[in-house]
Amino acid sequence: MAVSLREYRARIKSTESMKKITRAMELIAASRIIKAQQRAQAAAPYARELTRAVSAVATFSNVDHALTTEPENPRKAAVLIVTSDRGLAGAYSSSVIKEAERLTEKLKEEGKEVEVYISGRKGEAYFKFRQRPVVQSWSGFSDQPTYDVAHDIGETLIGAFLNDDDQAAAEGVPPGVDEVHVVYTRFRSMLVQEPTAVRLLPLEVVEGEEPPAEDELLPLYEFEPSPADVLDALLPRYVQSRIFFALLQAAASELAARQKAMKSATDNADELIKKYTRIANQARQAGITQEISEIVGGVNALADANAGSE
Amino acid sequence: MADQLQVELVAADRLVWSGEAKMVIARTTEGDVGILPGHAPILSLLVDGVVDVQTQEGETWVAAVDAGFLSVAHNRVSILSEHAEMSHEIDLEKARADLERAKSAGENDDEAEEAVRRAEARIRAVERAG
Repeated sequence: MAVSLREYRARIKSTESMKKITRAMELIAASRIIKAQQRAQAAAPYARELTRAVSAVATFSNVDHALTTEPENPRKAAVLIVTSDRGLAGAYSSSVIKEAERLTEKLKEEGKEVEVYISGRKGEAYFKFRQRPVVQSWSGFSDQPTYDVAHDIGETLIGAFLNDDDQAAAEGVPPGVDEVHVVYTRFRSMLVQEPTAVRLLPLEVVEGEEPPAEDELLPLYEFEPSPADVLDALLPRYVQSRIFFALLQAAASELAARQKAMKSATDNADELIKKYTRIANQARQAGITQEISEIVGGVNALADANAGSE
Repeated sequence: MADQLQVELVAADRLVWSGEAKMVIARTTEGDVGILPGHAPILSLLVDGVVDVQTQEGETWVAAVDAGFLSVAHNRVSILSEHAEMSHEIDLEKARADLERAKSAGENDDEAEEAVRRAEARIRAVERAG
């Protein structure tokens, strides 16, 4: 009995040290969420101004741009899946991947080929393990993305989207995609994060501005050097800032998911410790009882033996 | 007509500066422009360079920006740039080191050229402010 008692004590000890770790991770995640939310807030003015500028150009010029035109016969779609670099965040990565699989199914039913782009090591591992092709992946930043990363991803995706004409295909460059989708986790609140799929390209410019009031005319912008040039420079940035937004949201969601997962891990550890302590106490008592009965039994046997010899 | 400009200098990841100003000078692809209150609405592309903001009290803020936009409407000036830094935030030593490194990296390299321009803009911003 003494052996198992020692075993239980060891288990209690190891559970306690695990609890310390999960507790620390919970606290770290909690403090990082605040930072992630601040970053998301800090990025908001840029997105707002950019949206305003894009809708201004879209409203006041009739310039068509390659990034906004719908291909007549979409056959190929790119999907960017935003996952995390590290696990220990509950179902965070797997629910994003599940959402992405749903989208992939849908696109395939529509007769489109799907190319996968990935951000985050968890997604890379998922596709590598299943030996499914990934066009390009980025990792190493999932809990604090910088704008440079978004810039990089944006350029790649825009490149894939624009590389669409027959000329490029004739030159042996792999033909581009006709649509770009992004699957990421939207941060609704500390408790609710939902995986979301949005179509990034071709662009649908959300009209950011309210309809002009009767007495106030929208400014009639002059464009320098020309509307087409301005649009050329604006739209890629708009795409990049949308991607940046998705990455920031995903980062906040990842941290929230991790905090939740680590909190329940800590709670579970607490419960385990309680359970093991009870079992250990029981074992200890059983050991004592057995010792006593052994002693009593021994004494009785001795007494019997003595009585017999006399 | 209102006699001052509402200026917002916005980088991709933060709001760098916002406030009221008398005049804004920025370098667009077409050359330097000065924006005074009452300027016609304009949307223009910026090149890597320096933006001057003169406030109502006569102070001058200088910021280094890389390529971005300038939009003016109803006395609201927004300057958008992926990276923007106020002159007092710039580490001059580091900017100089960046410049040296970028220059030695080769002249044919697009990225190096961009880095040179960016570093030069930052140094200029500090010098102008000083």
